[in-house]
Amino acid sequence: MTTQPANPLATIAGPAPSGASIIAALKEAKIGTVLSVPDIVTSAGLLFPIADDNSFRLIRVCKEDEAVGISAGLSYSAERTILLIQYTGLLDSINAVRAVAVGYKLPIVFIVGLLEKEPGVPPKKSALYGIRIVEPILDAMGIEHHLIETQADVVRIRPAIEAAYASSRPTVLLIGQRPLVS
Amino acid sequence: MMKRDECFAVLARHCPDDIVVAVYSSAFDWVRIRPHALNYFAVGAMGLASSHGLGLALGQPGRKIIVLDGDGSLLMNLGSLVTVAAAAPRNFYHFVCENGTYEANGSHPIPARDKVDFSGLARAAGYPTVRQFDELDSFERAVAGVLAEPGPVFVDLKLVPGEPAPADFDSLYAPSRRDAFRQALGLQR
Repeated sequence: MTTQPANPLATIAGPAPSGASIIAALKEAKIGTVLSVPDIVTSAGLLFPIADDNSFRLIRVCKEDEAVGISAGLSYSAERTILLIQYTGLLDSINAVRAVAVGYKLPIVFIVGLLEKEPGVPPKKSALYGIRIVEPILDAMGIEHHLIETQADVVRIRPAIEAAYASSRPTVLLIGQRPLVS
Repeated sequence: MMKRDECFAVLARHCPDDIVVAVYSSAFDWVRIRPHALNYFAVGAMGLASSHGLGLALGQPGRKIIVLDGDGSLLMNLGSLVTVAAAAPRNFYHFVCENGTYEANGSHPIPARDKVDFSGLARAAGYPTVRQFDELDSFERAVAGVLAEPGPVFVDLKLVPGEPAPADFDSLYAPSRRDAFRQALGLQR
């Protein structure tokens, strides 16, 4: 099923990614721990399946900057970690991202739900102010980011995580559509 | 009331090779008392010591993690008490140096300094073991037992600053410290 763009600026088209394929990519990238703060976009397709999957250690965290600190501590081990959060929480935790992830050059990987982003519309062209500013902020901070909007984008997840750990730097995977529950 | 540096000198005798996460004035005192590669000062944004400590505790289950937090710092991250209690790492020891001030910026008082009950907050958040000390003698007698308890353990240290330690932030946050910490854990970059 192809998502119909709802915005005349739409340039991205394709089916929403399946949650199962994203989770498979996380496993291929050897992610063992998931630090979660509630996100509506990824709740059904990612968080519920992850919570039921014993191959992940799920830590439910009260706030996103906490998760940055926890991930930093975990980076001093063989454990690989992702933060599963909403873009509002990413914005809320910017100082922690600045000081810890960027400042200390740590491999902190964020999966960020772009809540209410219009399907098919690039984030920078969204009608929603909060969505529009996410990528420019990440660019200003020098943080690599990837849009995971369609099933075709899922193939980018593992290399992005591997690169973050290989070069010890943060990276952000922006989830543009709700992952499908499979 | 006990002095922080005297209190840390007692504590240091009981954790010669454990990982210690320390912040601000506590960090300056601690590094003078126990210089060690397993001191972790890279807490970055204020308030995150307990969160870094939790990550270390989860990633290094065979080592004790001792967090030397500040009262003002913890107030910036009270939710971490709940997160730690839920994760319940048995190797996590959370000491809070309660002096009632933001010492780093001129000792302005923390909010509700005469009302807030840090031990009560920790207990309500779900820490199974909570202790409180305001006299050096009683702390000295109890500290070995406290560190023998399974974590997470919360310890409220009511104290005052001791002898001022040099506030050398550049040294504290130097990349070489993080490299030494990593090497001490046997990790490669």
